[in-house]
Formats: sequence, structure tokens, C-alpha cells
Amino acid sequence: MAKLVVHQDKIDDVQKLISICPFGAMVEHNGKVEVTAACRMCRLCVKKGPKGAMEYVEDEPVPQVDKSAWRGIAVYVDHVEGNIHPVTFELLGKARELADKIHHPVYALFLGNEIEERAGELLHYGADKVFVCDKEELQDFSIETYTTAFEQFIHDVKPTAILVGATPVGRQLAPRVAARFRTGLTADCTILDMHENTDLVQIRPAFGGNIMAEILTPNSRPQLATVRYKVMDAPERSEDAKGEIVPFDVPTEKLGSRVTVIGMKKKPKEKSIEMADVLVVAGRGVKKKEDLSLLRELADALGGELACTRPLVEAGWLDAKHQIGLSGRTVRPKLIITCGVSGAIQFVAGMDHSDTIFAINTDPKASIFKAANYAVIGDLYEIVPQLLAGIRAGKGKRG
Amino acid sequence: MEILVCIKQVPGSNKVEVDPVTGVLKRDGADSKMNPYDLYALEVGMELKEQYGGRLYEAFSMGADEGALVTDRKFGGADVLATSYTLSQGIRRLGKFDLILCGLQTTDGDTAQVGPEVSEMLGIPCVCNVNAIGAVKAGGITVTMEMSEDIEELDVSFPCLLTVQKDIMQPRLPSYKLKQATKDRKITVYTFQDMEDQDEHHYGLNGSATQVQRIFPPTSDKEQRTIEGTSAEAAQQMLALLKQKKFIA
Repeated sequence: MAKLVVHQDKIDDVQKLISICPFGAMVEHNGKVEVTAACRMCRLCVKKGPKGAMEYVEDEPVPQVDKSAWRGIAVYVDHVEGNIHPVTFELLGKARELADKIHHPVYALFLGNEIEERAGELLHYGADKVFVCDKEELQDFSIETYTTAFEQFIHDVKPTAILVGATPVGRQLAPRVAARFRTGLTADCTILDMHENTDLVQIRPAFGGNIMAEILTPNSRPQLATVRYKVMDAPERSEDAKGEIVPFDVPTEKLGSRVTVIGMKKKPKEKSIEMADVLVVAGRGVKKKEDLSLLRELADALGGELACTRPLVEAGWLDAKHQIGLSGRTVRPKLIITCGVSGAIQFVAGMDHSDTIFAINTDPKASIFKAANYAVIGDLYEIVPQLLAGIRAGKGKRG
Repeated sequence: MEILVCIKQVPGSNKVEVDPVTGVLKRDGADSKMNPYDLYALEVGMELKEQYGGRLYEAFSMGADEGALVTDRKFGGADVLATSYTLSQGIRRLGKFDLILCGLQTTDGDTAQVGPEVSEMLGIPCVCNVNAIGAVKAGGITVTMEMSEDIEELDVSFPCLLTVQKDIMQPRLPSYKLKQATKDRKITVYTFQDMEDQDEHHYGLNGSATQVQRIFPPTSDKEQRTIEGTSAEAAQQMLALLKQKKFIA
């Protein structure tokens, strides 16, 4: 049982020690420092506190998992009726890179109905084996049937790591599977790497977003990670398809479900910010809702879409579908112009792979400038109208 | 219908910075608030209770009937797995529920994973991304789930867990009257000792499968340039760059 032991006698300044804790998990109680349940065991107090005041005690050796029994990097194939979501190819590219470091194979797991003929496509993106469970019961995504099929794949194949796209399906399937195996899952990883001992290095923005955390799953297998669409680079489609397709079956009686799909309709097609090549982003520097029209005009003039940061969605100025960031959408347009956006990292994480980033902000110290290619220090209310005029003048000349 | 809403306290602000030299976290303000996403789950619970009757747990000032807090020093340092396990144990202790409602995600962790993990540990079905609630029938509920391209309509049998999207319903404001009327109401506190599973290795840091190795401030290594001057100059420079990159004619 690992724990923190407080040695009261070695504390000279109680308040100073308490202030070290980023989670406010230390309190003074009857003159003594106590650690509360808010503690995340980051052990900063051990490192930064007075010498010997906070001690991290780990007794009882925990049984170790046999890592050599788990081989291969698997990718869950996200699809709708056999149409493979492009995040799958991005993850296959990353899986190849990770697998090569430890000389493991790359697997793809494809669950659905009447999908087998689509499986071949995955071999062109570097999968060594595509495990296909093609069954009527898997026609539509449903949590229990898909988890059962996934479970069987893990039991049979024992991959050391599994990458899942952070799509609506992946975001519920991955945790359900991870919980079934009582193993670790790291959501929305932005960087993945591999240690020689097959520990997957998972890096993601954490603690509300302004810090990056490097996370390992040191003593559980398989290791699960989800990654959003457009975070990793998709590999080029290769002409060769060296791998093989391995069908597998799950007994029908195991595929019972307490969830029944009774209807399915297509979502109305709307221009999503993820698909746009050009985005103009409104941040808190926009003073009132009516002023959004100025930025919408700029977006229109550039043939793009208007997007925004989280506070604007919370204020009800724009629909959540327009929100960029960890709790919104991840975008990767060719051009993005942020207007009055301060640049909280959970926002930046959703757009920093954009090809060209202009950021307009009055504050020269705004953190958005760290992400921007072009840091425009100035007032959006003055710059944007002139920009618009310039673009329109250019268009006028051309026409 | 017995309805449980899971809520979490999150930091009131996201302004957490790391000192790049010392690696120490800088945090202004230790204030906390209720996770905004949970308000929507609570509202769904309230509406269902009003429409179909029943009892609702949590958040008195908005009209819940009972509340419980699951807390212990031993639960600290938990990752998604250990948090979900602790919650599932707490829920088992609390009673039998037909419907468990969770917000889609929290504003501090942003993982959206605890809901589905809890459902697995309770052995009940779950539906995530619920954007509308249909009818409650004998033994189940009809909901719609938003997927990337489709809207799926589903029948789920009780007991089940739903994670609901923001904007599914407009959350009501807490009532001052209710706040006054319930201010002395006791909140049951459950600690490790109340849990059915008494193995400490399943909770907190010890029950966590993932471990944070290090934290660091984000870095950027891009080609970067600053554009300053009057707004007219800035606009001209931007136009020149946009033209050079062929975004405008």
C-alpha cells in the first residue's frame, strides 16, 4: 500500500509546504499537516517540500505482469457500415512506427456485418494481420456485443497495446474494454512512443489542460489509448498488401444485448469545422455576440468557416459544434486565424497541427502566440475590418 | 424509478501553469465548482423524476432527494480505472438504481471514460453521447445516441447507465428556497470502510493501472514571426502573407 507519511517535526513552514500541492490536497488540522483524498500522488511535496517532511512509502511488492506474453500493436477499425474512418489509417501508421521499435507485428481489429471485403484495404496501410469478426449481430454498434467481440480478440491474440480512435464509438468502447480487463486507458493522447520493455509512452494534455502529462501503464496489459482524428499523420497508401486477413468467430449466444437498436437516421449534413480548409476563430476578445458577424464575414471572404473557443459556447453565442479544443473538435485546416483567443492549451491541442496559424491578440504575452506561426499583436476590431477591405479589394480587381 | 446522478467537483479555473525551471505547478485559487457537464445529467434526472415519479439522489438545491459523498484518503491518486471502481463500489453500497446518469465528461480530466467504465464494473449496459430521452417504459428507456454520422435510437433495459450530452436539456437554476430548506440535511459519507471490497489494492493510486511519469509545460518548435505596428501595417503584412500562401488573390 503506497502512501505518504507526514513527518510533522521536519516541517518548518506549514503554509509553504501546503502551497506546494497543486491539488490543494494538504490541509492544516490542529496544527498538523494532513493529506486529503484530493491527493493524486504526484509526490511534488516529497520532492519540493522540506527534506524528509513528506515520505513516500511503498511496501508489499505487487505481482508483476508477464509483458513478454503480450505481443503486437492493435488498432481498432472505426467504421460505419464498412466505410472505414480515416482515423484508423492514421493509427495504423503510428502503430507501425511503435511496433518497429520493439519488433512487434501490427494488427487491425475489424468488427461488423458484411465487412470482410473491406478488410483488404487495411493491408495497404501496414497491418500485418487484420482480424475480422463478420456477423449479423454486429451490424450496428452496440456496447455489449462489440465489447464481447473485442474481449475475445484480446484473449486470443494478446496484443500489448491497442490504439482506438477517439470517435463516438471509440470513446465508449475503449473504456468498456479497459474496465473489463481492469487495465489502463489514456484518453486523447497527442504523442505516443514506445519503451523497449513494451511500455507505451502516452502523452496528453492534463489537469485541465495547461500541462502535458507523460503516462505509462507499467504493470497491466493490454495498454489502451485513444487518439483523436487528425492528431497523427496518415501514412501513404502502399501498393503492396503483404499481410493476411484472419477471420474469427464469436459464439452467437455470447452476443446477447440489453440494448436494442430500433432506429437509425443520418445526421443532417452540415458544414463541419473539421472539414474546413480555412477557419476563423472567435475567442473571448470578441466583446459581444453581434460582433461575431465581423469574423463570419472574414471567414466567408476566405471561403472558410467560423469556429470558437469554449467560453463562447458556454455563453451560448455559438453551438458546441463550432468549438475547437479538447472538449470540442480537433481541426487541422490549411489556414487558421484566431481572433482574440488567449490560447489555453486545451484549445491549442485542438488546432496546433494546422498548416498556417495567424493569431491576433492585443496581449503580447498571450500563450496563443507560442502556437502561432504569425503572432499579430493588435486589436482584432481594428485589424479585421482592414483585412476584409484588403481581401475584397483584391477580389474586386480580379473580377 | 430510482435515479442516481453522479457528480464531481472540479477546479473553478483552468489556470494551471508549470514553472519551466522548477517544474512546480503554479495554481491560482483553490476554488472549485460542480462539473458543468453534470448539470445536464442532473436536469435529465429531475425531468424524469417529475414526469414519471421516483426518487433522485444528489445536489439538494436543485431538488434531489438524497445525497452521498464517497471519499477517503485511500481513494486519492486514482486514475480512470480506480476512480470507476471506487464509484461502482460506492453505488453498490448506496442501493439499487434503475437509471444512473452521468455528464458526458468533466472539465478537468476531459476523458469521458468514467461513465462507461462504471457501467462495466456494475455489469449493466451503457449508452454514451445521449442527446435525447424518449419514453420510459416498463423495464427500460428509449434514448437517442449521437454518432459521427448517424443518430441511433435505442431501447435500453434497466438498470442502465447513460452519459448525456451538453444541451440535452436546459439545467434549472439552484433554488434559494431549496437551499435553505435542505441546508441541514445530512449527506451520507461513505469511506473505504463502507465498501464491500476491502482490498486496498483496488482503490486510489494502488488500484490505478496508469501512472503519471512526469508533467511538463508544452513546447513549440515552429517557424514563428511577430507582426507588430499600427493596425493598418499589421493588416497589410497579413494580406501579403495570405497572398504569398495563395489563400487570397
